[in-house]
Amino acid sequence: MEPLLVLDSVTKSFGGLRVTAGVSFSVAPGSISAVIGPNGAGKTSLFNQITGYLRPDKGRIIFRQEDITDLSTREIVSRGMGRAFQVTSFFPEETVLDNVRVACLSRLNKTRKAIKNVSYFKEATDKAFKILESIGLGKQADRPAFELAHGDQKLLDIGIALGLEPKMLLLDEPTSGMSPEERLLTRNLIKRLWKEFNLTLLFIEHDMDTVFGIAQTVRVLQMGRLLAEGTPEEIRNNPEVITAYLGEEVL
Amino acid sequence: MKNHAKIKEVVFWALFFVIFGLIPLLEKSDYHLILANHILIWGMFAMAFNMLFGVTGMLSFGQALYYGLGAYSVGLMVKNFGDIWFLPAIGLGLLSATLVSILIGLLVIRVSGVYFTVLTLAFGQLVWQITFKWYHFTGGDDGIQSIIPPGILANHTVYYFFTLLLVAVSIWVLRRLVNSPMGLVLRCIRQNPDRVRFLGRRVRRNQLRIYVISSFFAALAGGLMAGVDNSIHPDMFYWTTSGEVILMAVIGGIGQFFGPFIGAALIIIIQDVVGARTEYWSLIIGLIMMVMVLILPKGLVGEVQLLRGRFRPDAKNRGENGTTFSA
Amino acid sequence: MDPSFIIMQFLSGLMMATLLFLVASGLTLIFGVGNVFNFAHGSFYMIGAYLAYQTVSAWHANFWISVLVAALGAGVLGMIAESVFLRRIYGRAEEGGFQILLTYSFILVIDDLVKLIWGAEYKSLARPTGFRGAIEIGGLTIPSYNLAIIGIGLVVVVMAWLILSRTRTGRIARAAALDREMLGSMGVNVPLTMTLVFGIATAMGGFAGALAAPLRSVVPGAGIEVIIDSLIVVVIGGMGNFWGAWLGALILGEVNSFAVATVPDWASLFNYLVMVLTLIFKPEGLFASRKIRKV
Repeated sequence: MEPLLVLDSVTKSFGGLRVTAGVSFSVAPGSISAVIGPNGAGKTSLFNQITGYLRPDKGRIIFRQEDITDLSTREIVSRGMGRAFQVTSFFPEETVLDNVRVACLSRLNKTRKAIKNVSYFKEATDKAFKILESIGLGKQADRPAFELAHGDQKLLDIGIALGLEPKMLLLDEPTSGMSPEERLLTRNLIKRLWKEFNLTLLFIEHDMDTVFGIAQTVRVLQMGRLLAEGTPEEIRNNPEVITAYLGEEVL
Repeated sequence: MKNHAKIKEVVFWALFFVIFGLIPLLEKSDYHLILANHILIWGMFAMAFNMLFGVTGMLSFGQALYYGLGAYSVGLMVKNFGDIWFLPAIGLGLLSATLVSILIGLLVIRVSGVYFTVLTLAFGQLVWQITFKWYHFTGGDDGIQSIIPPGILANHTVYYFFTLLLVAVSIWVLRRLVNSPMGLVLRCIRQNPDRVRFLGRRVRRNQLRIYVISSFFAALAGGLMAGVDNSIHPDMFYWTTSGEVILMAVIGGIGQFFGPFIGAALIIIIQDVVGARTEYWSLIIGLIMMVMVLILPKGLVGEVQLLRGRFRPDAKNRGENGTTFSA
Repeated sequence: MDPSFIIMQFLSGLMMATLLFLVASGLTLIFGVGNVFNFAHGSFYMIGAYLAYQTVSAWHANFWISVLVAALGAGVLGMIAESVFLRRIYGRAEEGGFQILLTYSFILVIDDLVKLIWGAEYKSLARPTGFRGAIEIGGLTIPSYNLAIIGIGLVVVVMAWLILSRTRTGRIARAAALDREMLGSMGVNVPLTMTLVFGIATAMGGFAGALAAPLRSVVPGAGIEVIIDSLIVVVIGGMGNFWGAWLGALILGEVNSFAVATVPDWASLFNYLVMVLTLIFKPEGLFASRKIRKV
């Protein structure tokens, strides 16, 4: 099967600093995989390049057999790429429902409608409610988003991305700032969403239980380069990875 | 929350039609009729301005440009071709405001924040200077006098109901817009423009849209005003006009849909009572602005709502977050 | 074209540029270092002009002393404005918009206070003794006061360059494009620094206002004309950029000087023309160095 996403020697520097140094890998459709690595390894920068937020200096990014390297964020998103953010990103003053509904409306191309009330667009509203139920925020639909607890705001961020019906979803540290119990719930939730929405999931994560618990493939970034790629088992036993990042005590 | 907004809307429209519908019946003098007419027109202008500032987060200091454009379209057409052209001239004002706002908008939306404010101010002043100096076309400092609407519109009461109708329709349209998908996107742009890009939407294009829409209604306000005052002057383009409409929005509350209308009513009434007796009007509005910004940043309507919210146990946090726009 | 005409207009443009630069550099300083947009900066220029007028005409002081009084007075008033009013809105959500609104209210209040104290009529101030005549150079008659202003401007530019490149304070101010949090974590007394920077910026405005007083009439409302010209300067140069302000002032001063000499009625439109052209080709200014804040 053709890979859904291909990175071919993607390179990016800021001044003298190389944040991405010739990274190449491909992501199979329907897979769930992780990118790990120490802070400053260039993980978020890589996501920024995949989503057109940064432009790579060199290399190509192919998504669904199309070169998206030079496309804008908007164009990449409209081709089915979704993203949730490390620093939770949502619309604080809108209700939880409207946060997701605006994404559904965007997906249905209804955001130029300027006369009818948002609730008139039943398809978007129903879809938004369905997503809120899936991520467990159904009961909070009418609250302004800034009132939510941090963990729920992270879920809302994912919910907004789901509203766009992405083929592929990038999650940037979905469990950061969560308690161990919340992490466990979120881990199960991510796995469920992956199946429920037929997603191809690529996530950055520091919590190794989450990484080794749900990822089929793990990629290790270090100082901008891809140090290793393999199944969780291979990565766990890779001596380079152990010395560079995981350390003995994690295992 | 939803019911609350519904009630507020019903109350606004009921008061709006009762108060503004009864004024011509109760008042025989033209003076108060004109005052009420000013409130209607400025109220609509302030609400249209707030679509930019309160809703989308774009502080334009140059909406006077379109207000003046609307007024001068009427003034120049009536002066040069006769009063029969009054209504087409309002249409021409709307058309030219749309075209000019697209052209200027394409330039100013390329920047955001303070830059946007500065550039809108500069373009407003540019047009003011042209109007001021192009004496043989615009009448320069003298402005244009005796602009009388044609036919039955020349009657003050009839003209009053004409503006009442147009203002009510305009407010209704803006109201629909705020609650529509496009309005939701605009509110989202103020709160988190980056995320809007990740929704696959063009931030700049939406900003341009609302800039043009807001300018359209500013031109309508200007055109209608020419018929109320029967005269126009270059100060309608001046930056203080933009400043006044900002003040109205801030007094009423930029986070409120109906707030700017109430702010406009207050400012016009204060100006009527106090302004005529002092040459230090700008000191007064300066002090009002200072108090609003420092002590009551949500505006009178917003602060009253916040106060009431404190007594509702489920809503203790509500409205603490910036200038929450409650639609 | 007559070369002496060109030289004369160039010098007159240079003088305008110097005054513009003195005002605009204060505006850009407080924006670049303190992240505060002072819409009322032109009003401090106007206060400077009035203070100079007051010192010379009512207290019969020497003009140069009045310039110092003007700078000090505008600086102190600026520090009061910052520490009593502006400080209260730092950190508020959507602070940028509120900064504009608050400093806009300063313009209105200062305009009327000036009218209250000095009246609405025009005031004028004589050029200082020793600078009332003109100097002849190679057949050209150049007013000596214009040359004095250009000279003062050069001194200020050189001093500013020395401070920015040779001192620790200057390097901090230049390098960090400081946000207040970062300053705080560097162990700097942030509130005091903000007040001082604001005071220095408004003092520069007052200084320029006093220097310009003998050339332009002193009148309430002078602030707004100055602020719009300075805003055009910083838009051309890139907001918050010191050398951008210098270049912007030079461009605007020269364009204005030649426009006044050739098409006097429409000269001020050329300022806007320069701005529009800059905007089309370099929307964030010639020296755009920092990300523009979202209001």
